Amino acid sequence: MTQPRTIIEKIWDAHVVAEEPGAPALLYIDLHLVHEVTSPQAFDGLRRRGLKVRRPDKTLATADHNVPTTDRSLPIADAISARQVAQLERNCAEFGIPCYSLGSERQGIVHVIGPELGLTQPGMTIVCGDSHTATHGALGALAFGIGTSEVEHVLATQCLLQRKPKTFQVWVDGRLRPGVTAKDIILALIAKIGVGGGTGCVFEYCGPAIRALTMEERMTICNMSIEGGARAGLVAPDETTYQYLCGRPFAPRGAAWEEALARWRQLPTDEGAHYDKRVTLDASELQPMITFGTNPGMGIPITAPVPDPASAADPLERESLVKALRYMDLEPGKPLLGHPVNVVFIGSCTNSRMTDLRAAASILKGRKVHPNVRVLVVPGSQQVKRQAEAEGLHEIFKAAGAEWRESGCSMCIAMNGDQLRPGEYCVSTSNRNFEGRQGKGGRTFLASPLTAAACAVTGVVTDVRTLL
Amino acid sequence: MSKFTRLVSRLVPLPVDNIDTDQIIPARFLKTISKEGLGEQLFYDWRYDADGRPKPDFVLNQPRAQGAAILLAGDNFGCGSSREHAAWALLQFGFRAVISTSFADIFRQNALKNALLPVVVPHDVHAELFALSERDPDTQVAIDLARQTLTLPDGRSVEFPIDAFSKQCLLEGLDELGYIRKHEAAIAAYERSHPAPVNTLGG
Repeated sequence: MTQPRTIIEKIWDAHVVAEEPGAPALLYIDLHLVHEVTSPQAFDGLRRRGLKVRRPDKTLATADHNVPTTDRSLPIADAISARQVAQLERNCAEFGIPCYSLGSERQGIVHVIGPELGLTQPGMTIVCGDSHTATHGALGALAFGIGTSEVEHVLATQCLLQRKPKTFQVWVDGRLRPGVTAKDIILALIAKIGVGGGTGCVFEYCGPAIRALTMEERMTICNMSIEGGARAGLVAPDETTYQYLCGRPFAPRGAAWEEALARWRQLPTDEGAHYDKRVTLDASELQPMITFGTNPGMGIPITAPVPDPASAADPLERESLVKALRYMDLEPGKPLLGHPVNVVFIGSCTNSRMTDLRAAASILKGRKVHPNVRVLVVPGSQQVKRQAEAEGLHEIFKAAGAEWRESGCSMCIAMNGDQLRPGEYCVSTSNRNFEGRQGKGGRTFLASPLTAAACAVTGVVTDVRTLL
Repeated sequence: MSKFTRLVSRLVPLPVDNIDTDQIIPARFLKTISKEGLGEQLFYDWRYDADGRPKPDFVLNQPRAQGAAILLAGDNFGCGSSREHAAWALLQFGFRAVISTSFADIFRQNALKNALLPVVVPHDVHAELFALSERDPDTQVAIDLARQTLTLPDGRSVEFPIDAFSKQCLLEGLDELGYIRKHEAAIAAYERSHPAPVNTLGG
């Protein structure tokens, strides 16, 4: 009898092309997603070496990080951004890679379009020059972010040199209470284990609270695996996964679907498989979470006070907290509830899908955005935008006083002109609250779409449960 | 790739945990399509004020940073975004090695691929290095990759871990892509026996 294996090991084993003693494994990549920011230097490398893209049929590009979310019929105003997007289009044309750039009905954030097109499937290995590639793990794929040198390696060979990761089981018991969401699970996990807690590991999210989530909610959780230090995170496929995938443009059909299904059903972790690390959370005990500091591990239940650096045992940790509170201009011991907010951003690869937009709309419907607050709602893809408009969500957002934008990364990374001014406070559904992440000098509170919408209405940090 | 064998240098101390790649190089500098000019933008928002003037209290602007090739940073260095620009910017400023108690996975890989050596030391050594460099900004340490040692000013040597493959690549200046391409036959065989789950040119 074979040793029981986790889903992580099963996918890994099925993709090892070669492994020499003392060297990392050569891992085959089933799908390589490419975007404009981390790929130009990789294509240059190919040209310099006289190499082709080995498998353009396993490669797909889109422009998302550095694209305007305003009127798409106009040219990109920023000449340097325009040059980068044009370079992506030229590189894809030269190397034969399909590219959903501006103007495509399929354009969108790379981690939104992969799943929605059915390109992301259980058991696959997926990489992208972007640390939030773990998002695709929601469908039971082993998906991780890579650097530009590695982008070049995969373009040239469809392979990567990798060391086998450690396995880390994240067991989430119980059931979420009203007003508490998938975003709160992942923020609570990162607050518990810290931003380096998963270094060297792949998370497998398990347990009844995870099983009860929709695919889009699972994407929110897997998306932020890197914020807990893990390069990848995944959820074993189940009926929810198969129902989500069935009928999508790139999903198998007919007999191929049945064959794929039989294969996918073998993926979940075997009974008795060993994990290198484990942690347990109880979803029933969670409150809406919000971050107060300058990394995603600095999160608290929304009713809790801002922690006091004096209580940190390690001197460097204390200094980091002091530095974070100074940047955020927050006082230890005081609650965040009631703190004024200047901007609310609803979007990003973490929270820009239909589930997220519907949640935000449920709070904004029939209410007005507070006059002191600017609200940006940025759908994750053109497909999400069309569907939201078909459901009339855009009318709810606009009637409330929010801006309804075109798809892209927008104010999550603030490369495209959507950004905070120095000193502004933003409640954001994105994934990073690093100093300056949403614009130089800007200050970010990470939270769920429900919490963000609640803050948009009141103009201050608010417990959404008071508005339900 | 360039080689890394030995390095003797002063330390540039940056005693902050969880330094993310957005601090190492802010996203607005990622609009470039080349690898050039990133050294000027290293730690830009910590290094320059709102008017673009160097902040004298930031360590990279102090004389001790001139010509120094080793950054001494807090735990979990390089967390966050996968941008390889972070490694390129550190190298272009003049760093050849970063010492910390741990590194984020993607940054570590990016660094190794560019011959920027991530050196992991135990907490007590880490604290001692900060104390030494605070006492004397000219404190020098020596890194010997072949022996995997970091040598302190008093002559004590501490071993640091590195996997055999990365070590060999660095010592000989070997390029990983060259190594992968030697496995062409195995890659082709794998492709023959594993039908592609998706075809991005279809759909």
